[in-house]
Order: sequence, then C-alpha cells, then structure tokens
Amino acid sequence: MDIGLAHYLFVAAALFTIGCFGIFANAKNVIIILMSIELILLSVNINLVAFSAFLQNIEGQIFAMLVLTVAAAEAAVGLAILVTYFRNRGNIAVEDINQMRG
Amino acid sequence: MISAFAVIAARNPVHSVLFLILTFFTAAGLFVLLGAEFLAMLLVVVYVGAVAVLFLFVVMMLDVDFAEMKKGFLQYLPAGALVALVLLGELGLVAGAAMSVPVPIPLASDGQAAVTNAEAIGQVLYTEYLLVFQLAGLVLFVAMIGAIVLTLRRRPGVKKQDIAAQVGRKRSEGVELKDIRPGQGLG
Repeated sequence: MDIGLAHYLFVAAALFTIGCFGIFANAKNVIIILMSIELILLSVNINLVAFSAFLQNIEGQIFAMLVLTVAAAEAAVGLAILVTYFRNRGNIAVEDINQMRG
Repeated sequence: MISAFAVIAARNPVHSVLFLILTFFTAAGLFVLLGAEFLAMLLVVVYVGAVAVLFLFVVMMLDVDFAEMKKGFLQYLPAGALVALVLLGELGLVAGAAMSVPVPIPLASDGQAAVTNAEAIGQVLYTEYLLVFQLAGLVLFVAMIGAIVLTLRRRPGVKKQDIAAQVGRKRSEGVELKDIRPGQGLG
C-alpha cells in the first residue's frame, strides 16, 4: 500500500485535533496548554512539508521553518511569563489570571 | 499519535513532556520519509534540544501540585470532546476527499538528485526569502530579550561587586591620617 498525501494529512489532522482537545481538557494547567499549542503547530508543519514534497516545491519547507521559529519564540516567552507569574503568586492556576487586570 | 494523546492525558507533567519529545521524534521521522531531511534535523535540534528541555526545566522548577489541577479534567471533558469531534469530522472529510484521488508522493530523489535538501532550501532561503529570514531572526531576538526581561529580577540586599564604586574611590575618602603623639594613644 502506497503512502500518499492523504495519510500525512490524516496524521496532521489527528495531531491538530488532539492539540485542540488538550487545550480544553487541561484547562487548568498552563504548561500543558502550551504543549498543546506546540502540537497544533507541529501538525501545521506536517501539512506544510507534506504538500511541499507533494508539489516538489521547496517553499513549503521554508515556511515550515518559519513556523518552527515562531513556535520556539512563543514557547520561550510563554514559559518566561509563566515563571514570573509563578514567582508572584505561587501557583499557576489559569482561572486566577484575570486578576492581573488593572 | 498515541504519544500525542499521552501528552495531554498523562497525570505527571514530566511524563507528558517526555511524550512530547517522542511525538517530535516521530514527526521528524515522517519528515525524513518525505524527503525533508534538513527540516527533520532542525526539528530534532530545535524542539528536542531546546523547547522540550525548556519545558522540562520549567515543569521541574515550578513545584506545583499537579494532582490537584487534574480535578477539572472530567469537568471540561464533554465540551472538549465535542469540539474535538467536530474538528476531526471536518478535517477527516477534507482528507477523505484527498484520499479519493490516491496520489503517491514522488520521492525527493526523483527530480533533484543533484541537489540535497539542505542545498535546495539554502538556495531559495537566502535569495527570495532573505527578508523573511531576517524577520525570523528579529522575532527570535525579541523573544530572547523579552524572556530575559521577564525573568530577570533584582533582589534587594544582595551583596555584589560594584566596580565603578570600587575604582572611583578617592584616597581622601578612604584613608584618614591621624597624628598621634607619643604616649597619648587615640583616645
């Protein structure tokens, strides 16, 4: 059986769905929410690379690289915010974050 | 995919970070299968080397009671499952439509045997996408500065060497000469 474009798309779709589900299911844990966002971005990358290989066009891989860059930057800043928040409050419960207003 | 599900389901967040690493390795393997070797290695280096270690570090540094946080898991489960099912249905429809025309992916070595993957990326990245490449560098730079600014703090009362004060000291304020008469002492 040949592995075609659709199989890669299925994997990416499943990863995306798992990521979205993870955001909802772990709505209290910021770290796991960040990991779910990483999963979603990874699924986007799989889609980009699959189409890039399918169309014999290298530019998809370049954009996948840019997505990777942004994901890394986002993880770094998100975790830094998390560390600062934990220092100030002593826990990382999401539902208390709206107290930071004003 | 199983490992990806384990990421969100694991009770211990350290385990879920390790499963995240496993997911990234799997994705890197998929990239190699697709002929994108450079991106696969990049994924391993950036994600497994940097991001996952960062996650692991933060998870271990923040000593949070995670068992107590898992209590809401069942509460949000129906809403999350609903959203997930709808998403999976839609994406499955799209992928199923693509499946109906089965086109095997041509191997990367078919057309461009002379140029390796990294070479091909470099040839396009440094010419057509130079500006985008520099913007990506700028994004990383701003993220680095932001992370440092967010986490750096000055604690009051910590003794540190102040070189400017040390060098700028004058003789007149450091040394005091006293003329002591013989037999009298300092009193």
